[in-house]
Parts: sequence; structure tokens; C-alpha cells
Amino acid sequence: MDQMQLNLLKEIADIHGVPEGAYNIRSNGQSIGRNSTANITIETKTDNPGINIIIAPGTKKESVHIPVIISESGLTDLVYNDFYVGEDCDVTIVAGCGIHNCGDQNSGHDGIHTFHIGKNAKVKYFEKHYGEGDGNGENIMNPTTVVHLEEGAYMEMETAQIKGIDSTNRITKGTCAAGATFIVHEKLMTHGHQFAKTDFAVELNGEDSSANVVSRSVAKDDSRQEFFSDIVGNTKCSGHSECDAIIMDNAVVGASPKLTAASVEASLIHEAAIGKIAGEQLIKLMTLGLTEEEAEEQIVNGFLK
Amino acid sequence: MLELKNISYTVDDNHEIIKNISLKIDGGFTVITGPNGGGKSTLAKIIAGIITPTEGKIYLDGEDITDLSITERAQKGVSFAFQQPVKFKGITVRDLLTLASGKTIDFNGACNILSEVGLCARDYINREVNASLSGGELKRIEIAMIIARGTKLSIFDEPEAGIDLWSFNSLIKVFDRMHEKINGSIIIISHQERILKTADRIIVLSGGQITEDGTQETVYPELFDEMRTCGKLEEGGDR
Repeated sequence: MDQMQLNLLKEIADIHGVPEGAYNIRSNGQSIGRNSTANITIETKTDNPGINIIIAPGTKKESVHIPVIISESGLTDLVYNDFYVGEDCDVTIVAGCGIHNCGDQNSGHDGIHTFHIGKNAKVKYFEKHYGEGDGNGENIMNPTTVVHLEEGAYMEMETAQIKGIDSTNRITKGTCAAGATFIVHEKLMTHGHQFAKTDFAVELNGEDSSANVVSRSVAKDDSRQEFFSDIVGNTKCSGHSECDAIIMDNAVVGASPKLTAASVEASLIHEAAIGKIAGEQLIKLMTLGLTEEEAEEQIVNGFLK
Repeated sequence: MLELKNISYTVDDNHEIIKNISLKIDGGFTVITGPNGGGKSTLAKIIAGIITPTEGKIYLDGEDITDLSITERAQKGVSFAFQQPVKFKGITVRDLLTLASGKTIDFNGACNILSEVGLCARDYINREVNASLSGGELKRIEIAMIIARGTKLSIFDEPEAGIDLWSFNSLIKVFDRMHEKINGSIIIISHQERILKTADRIIVLSGGQITEDGTQETVYPELFDEMRTCGKLEEGGDR
């Protein structure tokens, strides 16, 4: 890997070189490094481009890194990654994609990740998208995450896109069996003429299942954001979605949270708030000696932290 | 030393909120009190640069700061504690103390500052300064920021507003400690008798003008005679 690739890996997965444990590093549409462990097997798919990640039941305190980096202008990479997490696991999965585009053509990555999470398994999943490069070509990412949680399973997903992605359609779908919990935290910032669409859909099918979807976003300049969430409660369950956005300059933000209760025992809540940075917040930080620009930066960074 | 010369503030409909106020504050603990609508909070915000006076000059240690921004005044040593502490999403107590002090605050540093306001750093240092904190906790964090800044002029706008009796008792202890360790000038906008009793100097502002200015011994008896007869001192917000 060259320095640029290493930088991308650091940005998206906070790793320096080859990660510990199981990993698959994909660069410009090809796997350039892979490691399986005793409990985690990574194998190439035979039906589609991508990999299967199979985690043995009972695996605990192990991690899988599957970053994708693209430095070739004009390349559109489509990949299907399927995760099979056995019962009673407790693992961390780090994905993410970084694009460095110095050319005039668009570069893109469509990553379709499907998780099958076994009974009582616990997964922490981190996914970060990042773009850079001074070319005229756009950086485009369309991540799709599909999560199936079996009884008592738990998944906490942190997804972030802070910089350099010109267009994105982010789809997350989930189904929860009895006692399963699905938590999603999204952080998103757009600037320039960027566009970001977020689409969450979760079905709570099992008794005492729950979902909590929290999205915090900042839209600057002339960028546009659309947020959709749809939580369906089919039984005794609890669901909460929250979209909280700071709008700046000439940006446009839309939020459409939707709840559907198909059971009198379903308890569903949604919250959506869009607004500019509160003047009193700016003034407070200015009374501490910050300039207005520094205050704005602190507020935005804190909001997305 | 803070000096106000002929400060006036008039709003759009020619209503005078502050009428030609001149005063000097050179160290000590000054409480500005008076009835609601008297102009106390407006005067405090004028000193901090949050409101621009329509007439008059403000000097800090002899330097004309009238045209300086909020930021510039803060950098010159003016601190301001809000009547309603501001809440933030994602910004922690440690973040604010770091910004206030202008240097990275470690656990021990935070502990030293927060213990001054009766808070335990272990419980608060990583808490977000948001609605999960009570009014009393937010007030104390607001005051902790002023302590962390350690500036030559600190202004507190109705620190007692919106807190319960228990928190108020703690707040009084905080001010007592600040009074003991006073460094520079402290101005408190307040209606509260117990805060008035901590003052070295009491200024009464009514109808946008100074009607009394003196030591606690000279102003306090007269003030409370007046209060008993007119019910002028009240709890609540001010303009």
C-alpha cells in the first residue's frame, strides 16, 4: 500500500497498515490483503463480487476489518458482503470506504452488507465514508445495510460521513425477532453542492424487540439532505427515531419520519428537528473568547461528535 | 477598572431602557439590583458587548472598549454568566472548561474548578451540557466556566433565576467562596436578599437610572424599607 492508501485506511477505519485479527482490504475492486482467524472465516463469494464473513458461535472479543479504498478515477465498485454471526458472539466489525479521486471521472462504491446475527449475539458495527481529491470527478457512495437479528440479538451501528462525498443514498433495513435490539447512530455532514439521502426501515416483529435510530446531521453551503425513517411495530415492542439537523447557509434539509403500529402493544416515538445554530450558543462561546467562526466550528463538531 | 460614561440604550420605539448611566467599578463584589424592567440585565449585556449602547462609552482599565465585539471584550478579560445557561448537544463540561480556560483541562484541573461550585469532576467532566442536567447543575457549570476563565471582570446575570432552594443555598456558598478569594471585579445582577448581603457595594437601578449607589450598610436598610412598602423587589426575569 502506498501512503495515500494508508491515509485513506486511517481516515475510514482508524487503522495504521494491516489490522489485527480477521480482515479483508479491498482496493480498486480487488482484495489486496486478507486474514481469517480460528473463529472468523473470510471467503470470496462465488455468485457476486464480495465476501462472506462467517463468525463461529461463541466468538467473543474479536474484530473484523473490511475497509474499501478507491484511488482510480472513473471506477465504480459494487460489492456484496454477507456476515453470518453465530449465536452468543460478541464481536466488533469495522467497515467503511474511502475514495481519493484526482481525475475528471466519477468514482463510486456501492457496498451491500447483509448481516445475519444469531441468537443472543452482540455486534458493534462501525462504518465510515470519506472522500478526497482535487479532481473534477465526483465521489459517489451508496451503502446498503440489511440486518436480520434473531432472538435476543443486539446490534449497535455507528455510521458516519463527514467529508468529501458528493452524492450518497444510504439505505439501512432491519428486522428484529423477539428480544432483539437494533441501535443506529448516524453522523452526516454535507457541504458545497453535495447530496445525501438517508433511508432507515426497521420491522419489529418479535415481542420485546426494540429499535433506536438517531441521526445527527449538518448541512452547509448549497448542499441537500433527505432523511426518511420507517419503524414498523408488529407486536409488543418499542421503537424510537430521531433526526436532528443543523442547517446553514443555503442548504436544504428534509425529514420524513414514519411510524406504523400494527399492535396495541407497540410503543413508537419519532422526533425530528431542523434549525440553524442557536444565536445564544454562538454568543456563549464568544463570551469565552472564541470568534464567531471558531464558535460555529465548536458547535458543529460537538453536535457530530 | 470598569468605567461607564453616559451610557444610554434606546429601543426602536424610542423607549429608553438605560438612561445616561455613568459609574466606575474598581474591584470588589458589586450587586446591581432593582425592580423588574429596570434595565439591569440590559446593562450587564452592554458591558459584555452582547448589546450595543445607543450612546456613551465603556472603558476597561482606561481603554475604550465600546466598539469591541463580544469576543474582543472576552479576550480583554470580561466574563459573562447567562441568566439562563446555554445548552449544547455533544459539548461536554470538559470541553467548555477547556474553552473557558484556554488550555486543555485534565481530570485534576477539572476537579479543582468543579469542586469550587460543589460538583464532583468524576460525575460531570464527560457529561454533555444539555437538558439532562438540572437548572442548578447548569448554573454551577456556568459559574465554573467563569472561575476557569479567572478574568479581571466577571458578570453574573441573575444567578438565582430558575433554581430550587437547595441549589440556591449551594449557590450562595459558591459566591461566599468567590468573595473570599476575590480577584478583580465581580458584578452580580440579582433580586435576592441573601446575595445582596454578600455585596461590598449595592447599585439600585430603576427605570433605567441609578437611584441608589453605596455600601451594603448605606443602601440595604433603605432598599428594604422601600421594598416592604412598595413590593418592588421581586423574583423573576428582567430586561
